[in-house]
Amino acid sequence: MDTPAIRTENLTRTYRLPRRRWGKAPAPDAPREFTALAGVTLDVRPGELFGLLGPNGAGKTTLIKILTTLLAPTSGTAEVGGLDVVSQARRIRPFINMVSGGESSGYGILNVRENLWLFARMYGVPTALAHDRIDSMLGVVGLTEKAGSRVSHLSTGQRQKMNFCRGFITDPKVLFLDEPTLGLDVTSARAIRGFVREWMKQDPSRTLLLTTHYMAEADDLCDRLAIIDQGKVLACDTPGNLKKRVQEYPIFELSLAPGSGGWAKLGDLPGVHQSTAVEKPESIEVKVALFEEPAIGAVVQTLATNGARILALKKVEPTLEDVFIELVGHGLADAEETTAKGAPADA
Amino acid sequence: MPESPRHPATPSPRHAAKLFVAAALARSYARVAWLFRSRSWMIQETVLPVLAVAAFAYSYQAMLDPRSNPEVAAQYTGLVVLGAAMTTFWLNVLWGMGAALYWERDSGNLELFVMSPAPMMGVLTGMALGGMTTTFVRATVIATAGVLLFDVPVNPTSWPLLGLVFFLTLTALYGLGMMFASVFLRWGREAWHLVNLLQEPVYLLTGTNFPVSAIFPKAVAAAATLIPLTAGMDAMRQVLFRTPGIFGVWEEVAALAVLSVIFLFTARWLLARLERRAREEGKLTVRWQ
Repeated sequence: MDTPAIRTENLTRTYRLPRRRWGKAPAPDAPREFTALAGVTLDVRPGELFGLLGPNGAGKTTLIKILTTLLAPTSGTAEVGGLDVVSQARRIRPFINMVSGGESSGYGILNVRENLWLFARMYGVPTALAHDRIDSMLGVVGLTEKAGSRVSHLSTGQRQKMNFCRGFITDPKVLFLDEPTLGLDVTSARAIRGFVREWMKQDPSRTLLLTTHYMAEADDLCDRLAIIDQGKVLACDTPGNLKKRVQEYPIFELSLAPGSGGWAKLGDLPGVHQSTAVEKPESIEVKVALFEEPAIGAVVQTLATNGARILALKKVEPTLEDVFIELVGHGLADAEETTAKGAPADA
Repeated sequence: MPESPRHPATPSPRHAAKLFVAAALARSYARVAWLFRSRSWMIQETVLPVLAVAAFAYSYQAMLDPRSNPEVAAQYTGLVVLGAAMTTFWLNVLWGMGAALYWERDSGNLELFVMSPAPMMGVLTGMALGGMTTTFVRATVIATAGVLLFDVPVNPTSWPLLGLVFFLTLTALYGLGMMFASVFLRWGREAWHLVNLLQEPVYLLTGTNFPVSAIFPKAVAAAATLIPLTAGMDAMRQVLFRTPGIFGVWEEVAALAVLSVIFLFTARWLLARLERRAREEGKLTVRWQ
């Protein structure tokens, strides 16, 4: 069996909270610690594009910092390529890299090409090869014309694209992307997603761990996903299997012309689990839950036999948002509001 | 993955050495580029020190009357010019090296360096090399302006000896800077205050504008040679202007060599130890603290 590209077992990280702030003694019941990760166990296979989905403060970034050897776990173990992130950090570093969406790294006095070259040299990438890769990556993110511009003259989005390039120029075997499309325009984000997909196809031994806020991005890119909240993994599966958790039966929505008949009998049909309908002035909206998908044929036939005119028919697919709400108890946006009101956001 | 030929499990010493050099040269590039791209430094970092030199030089000339005491007046003026040139290295060690990792953390670069396979000592060496290069240009401008303006005689007893003392002084100074960098990485914001605290007293102890051996008692002067700038400047003054020193030139050369080794090894040890502590405490990536 292959060594997992990434493996964590009962991984926990706590931060000590400051006891005094500006000379004020803390409230007696104030917590002494904040738990960013609480016993996370994960296996990511080589070649997998694995997603971590969760609100701010869920522990995604803490997990990435531990896996990239920047932060020591409080307890539990974490391995990358079969190597321990604490005791074998130096052996892990040559084949990993990380890009964070909000990072502001780089030297303003240097231009884009020089910055990328500088960080490529930290991995021992030969200068000529580094320049080839820089040219290629700048083309991917549409920054070719800015290659000679000083980083201090770039916009935030352009700087983010530069940092995205930095992660790929060292050709890592395990890449960590922490919110890579955060704040980027739709076209750039789409180009980046397309590139990530292609990059993974080029070499099946590459592994990518992606954290994101964007459900559609996770759904679109990831082979498997872990939903994480308050430092705990709530579920881990393929996007398809996760969605099946919230939808036991296939559901179809039909829009019928006003005055159509037959919709009241749908619940009695064999193969139909449940049927509901809402009459509106302009249409009748029918929702049917089926035991098996082929039963939709009988539904359509019944309606047609009863003189109903079908205006629209569509299958209702559950989204990752539905899965998230089911597991966490609230939507991602709600969680962020809560975080903004006081929970530690940079976990 | 780690067994792949492109990512050898254990890098060979040759590969490690190449990576060290690559990291050092790459990091030094950013500092050297600054020299050519921020030309405003010429005014604030060369003209102002030359004005400070002028103030001391005129004071010495007023007290020592160059017409009746030309040699002594020239010696003292030369001493001030050398002090001003060498002080630029001390300021660079404090602000460019000591506070460097703190700056790198706040700009988000530190975590990229730590995460990379490049040894942190290589990164620090790059900062030191870049700092030395840019400061050497500044110091040369200050020294040249001082020599020309105040007619300071440049007639060392031995050019190679002067070069050796200068090289060892810089090695020891930047070794000390690397030590500061490691310590400041852990202390964070307090590092800022410590840099301020070290700046002025060192001007006094190193004898930037006066001969330490002529002013301080022998014990104080001897203790002050633990600061490489004191030993280095004292030895260079002996070689350049034949002034009496705290110790003989070769004794000070030996002291500088020992200090260089101690500082560099301590820096390496501290860096490894404090980096580990910073990882445990989560301080490698926390900004503005």
